[in-house]
Amino acid sequence: MDLEEAEEFKERCSQCAAVSWGLTDEGKYYCTSCHNVTERSQEVINTDLIPNTQIKALNRGLKKKNNSEKGWDWYVCEGFQNILCQQAEALKNLGIGPELKNDVLHNFWKRYLQKSKQAYCKNPVYTTGRKPTVLEDNLSHSDWASEPELLSDVSCPPFLESGAESQSDIHTRKPFPISKASQSETSVCSGSLDGVEYSQRKEKGIVKMTVPQTLAFCYLSLLWQREAITLSDLLRFVEEDHIPYINAFQHFPEQMKLYGRDRGIFGIESWPDYEDIYKKTIEVGTFLDLPRFPDITEDCYLHPNILCMKYLMEVNLPDEMHNLTCHVVKMTGMGEVDFLTFDPIAKMAKTVKYDVQAVAIIVVVLKLLFLLDDNLEWSLSNLAEKHNEKNKKDKPWFDFRKWYQIMKKAFDEKKQKWEEARAKYLWKSEKPLYYSFVDKPVAYKKREMVVNLQKQFSTLVDSTATAGKKSPSSFQFNWTEEDTDRTCFHGHSLQGVLKEKGQSLLTKNSLYWLSTQKFCRCYCTHVTTYEESNYSLSYQFILNLFSFLLRIKTSLLHEEVSLVEKKLFEKKYSVTKKKSRSKKARRH
Amino acid sequence: MSDFSEELKGPVTDDEVETSVLTGAGMHFPWLQTYVETVAIGGKRKKDFAQTTSACLSFVQEALLKHQWQQAAEYMYSYFQTLEDSDSYKRQAAPEIIWKLGSEILFYHPKSNVETFNTFADRMKNVGVMNYLKISLQHALYLLHHGMLKDAKRNLSEAETWRHGENTSSRGILINLIQAYKGLLQYYTWSKKKMELSKLDKDDYAYNAVAQDVFNHSWKTSANISALIKIPGVWDPFVKSYVEMLEFYGDRDGAQEVLTNYAYDEKFPSNPNAHIYLYNFLKRQKAPRSKMISVLKILYQIVPSHKLMLEFHTLLRKSEKEEHHKLGLEVLFGVLDFAGCTKNITAWKYLAKYLKKTLMGNHLAWVQDEWNSRKNWWPNFHFSYFWAKSDWKEDTALACEKAFVAGLLLGKGCRYFRYILKQDHQILGKKIKRMKRSVKKYSIVNPRFSY
Repeated sequence: MDLEEAEEFKERCSQCAAVSWGLTDEGKYYCTSCHNVTERSQEVINTDLIPNTQIKALNRGLKKKNNSEKGWDWYVCEGFQNILCQQAEALKNLGIGPELKNDVLHNFWKRYLQKSKQAYCKNPVYTTGRKPTVLEDNLSHSDWASEPELLSDVSCPPFLESGAESQSDIHTRKPFPISKASQSETSVCSGSLDGVEYSQRKEKGIVKMTVPQTLAFCYLSLLWQREAITLSDLLRFVEEDHIPYINAFQHFPEQMKLYGRDRGIFGIESWPDYEDIYKKTIEVGTFLDLPRFPDITEDCYLHPNILCMKYLMEVNLPDEMHNLTCHVVKMTGMGEVDFLTFDPIAKMAKTVKYDVQAVAIIVVVLKLLFLLDDNLEWSLSNLAEKHNEKNKKDKPWFDFRKWYQIMKKAFDEKKQKWEEARAKYLWKSEKPLYYSFVDKPVAYKKREMVVNLQKQFSTLVDSTATAGKKSPSSFQFNWTEEDTDRTCFHGHSLQGVLKEKGQSLLTKNSLYWLSTQKFCRCYCTHVTTYEESNYSLSYQFILNLFSFLLRIKTSLLHEEVSLVEKKLFEKKYSVTKKKSRSKKARRH
Repeated sequence: MSDFSEELKGPVTDDEVETSVLTGAGMHFPWLQTYVETVAIGGKRKKDFAQTTSACLSFVQEALLKHQWQQAAEYMYSYFQTLEDSDSYKRQAAPEIIWKLGSEILFYHPKSNVETFNTFADRMKNVGVMNYLKISLQHALYLLHHGMLKDAKRNLSEAETWRHGENTSSRGILINLIQAYKGLLQYYTWSKKKMELSKLDKDDYAYNAVAQDVFNHSWKTSANISALIKIPGVWDPFVKSYVEMLEFYGDRDGAQEVLTNYAYDEKFPSNPNAHIYLYNFLKRQKAPRSKMISVLKILYQIVPSHKLMLEFHTLLRKSEKEEHHKLGLEVLFGVLDFAGCTKNITAWKYLAKYLKKTLMGNHLAWVQDEWNSRKNWWPNFHFSYFWAKSDWKEDTALACEKAFVAGLLLGKGCRYFRYILKQDHQILGKKIKRMKRSVKKYSIVNPRFSY
């Protein structure tokens, strides 16, 4: 028995109040004076498994080996913490700075635990209704002292200081003491200690953690850091398995067993949905009572000017269109810091769907230039085609028809591949989730059977066809000048669709139609419904193309286009002078 | 310009190609299916797992349809996860789907072999125990297809003795089928032994041993098959082999009972073969004509174009009853109604002869009865100028018979008749002349109205 190792454990014994501990063979602390064995055990986790030692510190004292079958005692929030950890690590591998994980995400999470009264507070939810442990105060303070790195963190973002509670008010303690008796009750229905209770808990005003919520945390941290990843990128990386999400639980430490209710909490059978995560992000941001986020300025990736450039490149449109998108951004005020920056404490907390908005701006510009009424764009294409034939040496005019043909082909191929890849997606984890110990052998047998069948069929599959997963990229399409089959339109000019008037350029097309005639008057969030068949085919194609890129519903993009239009044309009268381009909007 | 956007409302086009797959169960409407599914879950969004696995299933089916075995195997690899579906209904349906698609892939895939198939079948038998017997049977059929009779037999025996708690009692017809197939395999061995026996001399020292062997086999087989053929259904090969064995051992009454039951029991689906077997049996037994006529009468109602109809006609012709004679004419007309029989020279010969006989017997009304419903289309169907030319070229004898019939039915002015008449054929010359005379005398058409 190693007394030296037990020295770091400084709590008082609950029986005799002495601080003199030894370690039993099982790694538990026992009091050398009264031989009382505690629930706590020495920290044994391998640091490789959970690299973030700060987050890991929360686990201290919780791991207790029951027996190899039952595994450790663990809490649901620890599971989420582990997933967040994995996700943060994955983001780091994608090239995001380590501060995201160590400072931002870590602090968000701590704040969440505190706000939801799971830890860092006086009366954690887990103790309610249970006999409070003796020496509460001493205990919490001694814990406090033993974990100085937790909250006196120098690199802590300012919001913690500016938060409602000052440091000294925050009481950390062994987060979830739980009696042994209740363990055996709950362990029937869940692997985690509080799985059953957790799945039943419904408390007003508290945002309950779910697996999709972990992505909201990730996105919030990315947003805080102003990283060059949009929400749609993040979700696409999840879908492409670059970020742990589905079956993230299978990377839990071996001793964290999941079954029963944990299945409903950690088992995920859907990819994250853009709108859902977006909503959750705002929800979490508000719940955490976060201060205004760092400003989104013109040099930020999330600024519409930069995102528009990115998406113009992605869909092979001329670079010259960027001037127009910038113009629209300016006119609508969508590039302003106050508009772009997320402020959860503001009265109406909302953040901008940066990616959707940028794409919507491009759609509006396309409508300004080509009208997209299944008519004008084609006649303009005829002009461009003729011009290009005559002037082969000049910079070619942008030919909408040619662009459409190339994009349609590329898009269809991409979509087909995407659908095939989705159909082939393997959802089930190596660790099957089961309801109870009775089901366990059945679940494992099923798994084994599936693995065997797959092994057998894998010999029938062409080995070259199943290449490894592609490396993550924020671009899905690649257009280069060298590729002769697929024309790159980046360098093409818009001369054919613009005309000079005085010093400014006007669009040849002087008409415009609004995607939405009437905005919903009620307070519901939806702006309008998108009935595909009511719109021109070109418009449909463009919406389909962009919404595929962002993996969102077409109606969401249509809605965003309508919102941009609303802003654009409301300002029309006040800025007539500046706006030399005549955009005649007809409104009812 | 006020309602400009109204004008923009483009035509409704649906260029989405539905990849609907015709499954064995009949028509398949993918759009309907998705609609029904959303209704079932109250408009709630389906989980992506459910969406992708059902998409995966369509991809497997599509690949199978296009004979892309490799792709099918690729998608199948992913489809196996439905065995772990949390939706218990889907999970339970999965083994059968996987078995059907998987065995199809393994049957055709170039890299597959008997061993792979066996492993797969054995695995699938134990995934969903409900399918054990079905899979065993299909597995045995696969082995039979590959000529592995012994393995197939062993497989069937295993299936026969399989027990699984409550499921044992609900094995239903499958167990009978399995036993019957086993019986069929035994019949095959028996049949081979019988062949051996027939080659052996009675005095051969091996004769008795083989004969004993043959006898033993028969006994086991009949027990195996007889249970199945009592259940309503179409059991042609089983019935046939069973009867063959019964006959071989002289149990004629038994055989007749089996066949009569098979043909006449109303619970059985209508099956022409049942009547054919019975007729052939009666013929072998030299049964009275009236009995055979009554059997063929039923066959005539089910398959009027069957080749046995000519035999039926002969029987009717030989009968003493007048109504049989009339029916005999009907049968011949009936046979020739079918495109597949138009070049059947016997049928034409019979018709030519019988028409003449009927007309000579002053039964013009019978002929007109038959002809009335056919006079609109037979001329073009059988007696066109084109047919006259090609028939003459291919088979002059046939052309002659047809010409005679045409002459009798349409008169001497009809194109077919005239064309054949014009052909100057030395050997047939006499026959044609005789034909011309008969036509003149007996044609049902008044020469003035012929065309």
